[in-house]
Amino acid sequence: MSENLIKPENLVYKKTDAMTDRVLHYCPGCGHGTAHRILAEVIDEMGIQNETIGVAPVGCSVLAYYYFNVDMQEAAHGRAPAVATGIKRVFPEKYVFTYQGDGDLAAIGTAETLHACNRGENILIVFINNGIYGMTGGQMAPTTLAGMKSSTSPFGRDIKTMGSPLKMTELVAQLPGTYFVTRQAVHKPGNVRKTKRAIKKAMEYQKLNKGTCFVEIVSNCPSNWKMTPVQSNKWMEENMFPYYPLGDIKVPEEK
Amino acid sequence: MTEEIIIAGFGGQGVLSMGQILCYSGVMQNKEVSWMPSYGPEMRGGTANCTAIISDEQISSPVLNTFDTAIVLNQPSMDKFEDAVKPGGLLIYEKNGMTRKPKRTDIDICAIGAYDESVKMKNTKVFNMIVIGGFLKIRPIIDIENVIKGLEKVLPERYHNLIPLNEEAIRKGMEIISVEHKLN
Amino acid sequence: MKELRLMKGNEALAEAAIRAGADAYFGYPITPQSEVIEYLMANRPEDRTGMVVLQAESEIAAINMVYGAAGCGKKAITTSSSPGISLKQEGLSYIAGAELPCVVANVVRGGPGLGTIQPSQSDYFQSVKGGGHGDYKLIVLAPNSVQEIVDFTRLAFELAFKYRNPVMIQSDGIIGQMMEKVELFEQIPRVEPDYDWATLGRKNGKPATFITSLQLQAEEQEKVNLRLQAKYREVEKNEVRYETYKCDDAEYLLTAFGSCARITRKAMEMARDKGYKVGLLRPQTLYPFPVDAFNKLAEQVKGILSVEMNAGQMIEDVKLAVNGKTKVEHFGRFGGMIPSPDEILNALEQKIIGG
Repeated sequence: MSENLIKPENLVYKKTDAMTDRVLHYCPGCGHGTAHRILAEVIDEMGIQNETIGVAPVGCSVLAYYYFNVDMQEAAHGRAPAVATGIKRVFPEKYVFTYQGDGDLAAIGTAETLHACNRGENILIVFINNGIYGMTGGQMAPTTLAGMKSSTSPFGRDIKTMGSPLKMTELVAQLPGTYFVTRQAVHKPGNVRKTKRAIKKAMEYQKLNKGTCFVEIVSNCPSNWKMTPVQSNKWMEENMFPYYPLGDIKVPEEK
Repeated sequence: MTEEIIIAGFGGQGVLSMGQILCYSGVMQNKEVSWMPSYGPEMRGGTANCTAIISDEQISSPVLNTFDTAIVLNQPSMDKFEDAVKPGGLLIYEKNGMTRKPKRTDIDICAIGAYDESVKMKNTKVFNMIVIGGFLKIRPIIDIENVIKGLEKVLPERYHNLIPLNEEAIRKGMEIISVEHKLN
Repeated sequence: MKELRLMKGNEALAEAAIRAGADAYFGYPITPQSEVIEYLMANRPEDRTGMVVLQAESEIAAINMVYGAAGCGKKAITTSSSPGISLKQEGLSYIAGAELPCVVANVVRGGPGLGTIQPSQSDYFQSVKGGGHGDYKLIVLAPNSVQEIVDFTRLAFELAFKYRNPVMIQSDGIIGQMMEKVELFEQIPRVEPDYDWATLGRKNGKPATFITSLQLQAEEQEKVNLRLQAKYREVEKNEVRYETYKCDDAEYLLTAFGSCARITRKAMEMARDKGYKVGLLRPQTLYPFPVDAFNKLAEQVKGILSVEMNAGQMIEDVKLAVNGKTKVEHFGRFGGMIPSPDEILNALEQKIIGG
């Protein structure tokens, strides 16, 4: 309604139609909202809202299907890439994406992730890595940093007994099935712009049928890291980025 | 008419396909048929067997413990299935490689030297067709024309040029099978 | 024209899936059902009908691919054997919860654990009582011949879409591996889905569709359960299927399903030859169970022998159905062993006729 009061030439901000009006349940300062928003904007800008089918994970973003105004399926924990495979194989002309956290994608769904990428399924996998299990209350994730405390590594992750943090993105970049693999962040305006460009590229590549596009977004978890949003972003830059460096890992060769 | 047959031997002797060919032939002659393989670890070398049932009536159980006819192509198979032949039934054994003769006296017993014959024919692949010929000589439940029709169904088109050779093998088997023990 | 072929049960299932107009098969090889995916790969259904065939990296992935395709309103099927079906239980629970149609075939082998590759019926509880978590039901069809494999594959898709529910075809190593004559039905064309519940891509002016089995509020989840239960009552009312043989004058009743019913029928014929008035009731649907048929026959017969290739699973449903009206006993071989007709006749004489 308020839109009608504003002349188009004066409009500086408009919520994308690819998101619903539901209020996000994410904690204040969490990166999920921004990540949702830029993915939705890309869908909106490409005009593919009616051609896109998304797959939600189990984790904090389990209710992603409430927020994206596109058709969505909710997958069992870790199975999103298999569900997306099923969708893409019967609807090869549709744009298909999964949106998964680190527990979903890098622990319980490792096999589904690696094999979807290895088959080169023409889907976009958006991977939110905040190094912790958010929804269940701060347990250790496969991507939890060495020495980092969580409710199941209360004395810090001991890599001798708990393994090292898993670099899933570097792993999938090794597979011939992936076409575009990148790691980004959404904590600063510059990063948001870069991430959006990456997601847009990935969605456009889907038309080429060249393989899986994989976009990791290193993110924060103020609630379970037990920090303020500002502290958490600073901690992320100082601790997460050195281990999970931002930037493209695999880019298509330019012709 | 119902003929319940067990065919057993080494993997690679064409045991499973013998049963299939008999069943295909049965279909050509408007019979009811069922074929059930042993699909255990035997598949990977060692012994293999299959049950083939050819009948004028609907077949109830595809799995049997006793048989009208046992066709045994190696010693372990004779040891295992000689006792499974119903009294008054038939045992056919391949002579090559056997270390003993069958002991039963309440059944018909026939021997066939199908392996040696297949060597003479310079094609050991027709071994199982020679055995089928021998069996059909003793139990003429299916006409040879229908076996040929069955073969046309089983074999891919590119092997249809081998059908005359197979027919020759069947006829050879009919010639060379010998009755070793006959009831009454 | 009728098309008559001699086929293995597993191959017949694959061919029937293509002809039923299936859109997608996702599976993982396991003995004794690998012929299903082998047949599909060799027959190139993508060229015949456009059907997709994919070998998944695991049973878990396969059932979730089925979930994805079924969520798009497509006819999807997966097949496996017992250990693999255990892995699929998570997916089946989600599919039942999200009310998606799909077909799953279990070519049962002996268990528990890795068990054996020989035929068994020891997955009755898993299929009928819901092997995954939550209050849900699969419609369970139990073919006893290669012909019924073909007919039930087609029926399974029909029921799956009629009720938006997963349908299990419970075959076993005998039915899967044996060859019999089959009459194949003509190709049913694949259809473009147009269901309002499916994710087909949002339509302008309409809210987006989402498929989920999650409700955060218990009140909402109870409503989902009530809806499911109402659906199951409809299934129980409409979809019971069974066959009876020589039950009109029967004083004793044999009951068995699937391949075991073939062997039991032979035992019944042998019993008739000995002068016993024996009938056979063969459930074709294990869920819904032919409760009324058992209940009625219980008033007529002096006892029922449930013959199963397991340690006694269907017998529990038989007992519930007859509700104490007559004696019910079990005879079984298990772990991959197959009962012989003589053994069954012997058990009938010992446990029911003489007992």
